[in-house]
Amino acid sequence: MDAPLLFTGFPPALIFIAGGLMVPLFKGRLKSAFMLMLPIWAFVVMVQLPEGQHWVMKFADLDLIPGRVDRLSRVFGYIFTLVSLIAVIFSLNVRDDLQYTAGFVYAGGALGVTLAGDVFTLYIFWEVMAVASTFLILARRTRSARAAAFRYILVHILGGLCLLAGIVLFVHKTGGTAFGLMELKGVDAYLIFIGIAVNAAIPPLHPWLSDAYPEATVAGAVFLSAFTTKSAVYLMARTFAGTELLIYLGALMTAVPIFYAVLENDIRRVLAYSLINQVGFMMCGIGIGTQLAVNGVVSHAFCHILYKALLFMAAGSVLHVTGRIRCTDLGGLYKTMPLTCLFCMIGAASISAFPFFSGFVSKSMIVSAAAHEKLAVVWLLLQFASAGVFHHAGIKVPYFMFFGHDSGIRAKEPPLNMLIAMALAAFICIFLGVYPEPLYRILPYAVVYVPYTGAHVVGQLQLLMFGALAFCLLILSGYYPAEIRAVNLDADWFYRKGARAFYRFVDGTLNGLNRFCENLIARRLPEAAGRFTENASARMVMILVGAVQKMWGVTADRRSQVEENIQAVFSIGMIPLGISVAATVMILCVLFFIG
Amino acid sequence: MKKELTLFDNPRNVKRLLIVFYISLGGLLLIDPFIHKHSEFQWEAMPGFFAAYGFFSCVLLIFIAKFLRRLVKQDEQYYENGQ
Repeated sequence: MDAPLLFTGFPPALIFIAGGLMVPLFKGRLKSAFMLMLPIWAFVVMVQLPEGQHWVMKFADLDLIPGRVDRLSRVFGYIFTLVSLIAVIFSLNVRDDLQYTAGFVYAGGALGVTLAGDVFTLYIFWEVMAVASTFLILARRTRSARAAAFRYILVHILGGLCLLAGIVLFVHKTGGTAFGLMELKGVDAYLIFIGIAVNAAIPPLHPWLSDAYPEATVAGAVFLSAFTTKSAVYLMARTFAGTELLIYLGALMTAVPIFYAVLENDIRRVLAYSLINQVGFMMCGIGIGTQLAVNGVVSHAFCHILYKALLFMAAGSVLHVTGRIRCTDLGGLYKTMPLTCLFCMIGAASISAFPFFSGFVSKSMIVSAAAHEKLAVVWLLLQFASAGVFHHAGIKVPYFMFFGHDSGIRAKEPPLNMLIAMALAAFICIFLGVYPEPLYRILPYAVVYVPYTGAHVVGQLQLLMFGALAFCLLILSGYYPAEIRAVNLDADWFYRKGARAFYRFVDGTLNGLNRFCENLIARRLPEAAGRFTENASARMVMILVGAVQKMWGVTADRRSQVEENIQAVFSIGMIPLGISVAATVMILCVLFFIG
Repeated sequence: MKKELTLFDNPRNVKRLLIVFYISLGGLLLIDPFIHKHSEFQWEAMPGFFAAYGFFSCVLLIFIAKFLRRLVKQDEQYYENGQ
């Protein structure tokens, strides 16, 4: 290997995690330079690493492979380091080491997952991601963010446990730790599948995403939008490509969240729903599993990470300068934030897959793959979702933030570093849309696909523009659902309300049982025993005497008189005890002598 | 304070934008029959299929979303209440 050890000697995940932990040691410009250096260094390592397995270790008879480099993992390594660089630039004005460290460790976890060649390394980095990302939500330091972070980590711990259980069964079954393409058969495969599906936000396992991402910090949401779901996409493509179930789950996943996105008031929550929708396209492509489809998935993940980061940056900028993020509070911001508006619209055009924007050259591969396989219903659903994406992410997001009714807010553009980050992402979105060859060259399989045909361009433009016409007409006619302050119930209702109901149930039954037992055994029973033993000898004598008197037909008056006498005798201790004791001693003596 | 953009405060500009928009819609429909199609499905080849599909998809989307709102809409404090 010609490359100096400095570059290829360190796993990219280690560069990020160790580097992230060192960030608080630096100050000022040095800190910024250090943070910018980390993703660039990791990117260089990704470029220089030859294909194969690196840094292989033995640990308790198990082979750990933290560096599996092939065409699939390399693309994800590129995009993860690239988006880290953009996210770092975007967050340079943040004065909060917690976010930096969490962001780097989180991104390092995603890189670790991407390069993991064995299930144990995979699991460790998987959990690193879950824990580190939680801090990006906690760092908002609001009550609702803390609550959302708590729910977020609980869901991910559950998903991680599923994955771990699957891994243990998998190792037990195969006897090795290396993993690759699997068949969705057997408990181990299903558990691993569910573990990945949680992170991929496949409905109904999705609501953690739309719940937590909008609660994250401005910069945190940019990191979050890139890694958890896309590392799950990578892993799903690695392990379950060609699994038919994913075609249908993915197609549904593209369609269901867009209804919520239309209704949602919080812009970042709209973006979260559209994120789920976009990952749906990828899941569908993984399910189809042909070379064209997998190429489509990888290129779409690549483009998606960039334009979704761009949209989250634009929305984050608005939140940063105005302190508001709800459609009902915003509008007319183009007047004083034209650059942010422009970048947002580039992101919106990219996610909508407008010709000459990045989404067009990637999503169309997945849709074409569905057509090649003659999956008519799936194809129609994907096209429906494509129109829907344009509707909510393409039009609604820029329209309600920057145009629409004038909210009267006259905010300035965000700080320069935020603008540079957005400009960089926007540039790549257009560059890849116009000239996709560099992206096509690094895809897992050779690309024979031509995105720019007349039929395709015109078809896509018709789909989008007439969708826009529907938006216009519905807005003008007043039929379009008004933006209102509301919570829209989603599947998280089951654990948010369900958990409360469960708590009440457990509280009611177990604590109720506890209280009942305490009352009965710790209080009533000793009391009763106390009462009984307090006067036990008198009571026993009364019971005996009473029974004998009844047999002899003594009158009730006489009986109560005798009882009183007995009570009185016992209460002053004047029982003729001596006679019975003497009799007992005599009997014992007689028995002794006879014996 | 920098001066503001007031591009869309003028109703004439909005109108112009809409006219450009409608013309481009018409253009897209007009050139459709002259495009060489290599469709996988029969319906793809129909002129204006994508236009109709895009339009009705969005109308359906809004229609269903409005219905969905009736089912899922709750007060903003919904999850905070009942504690």
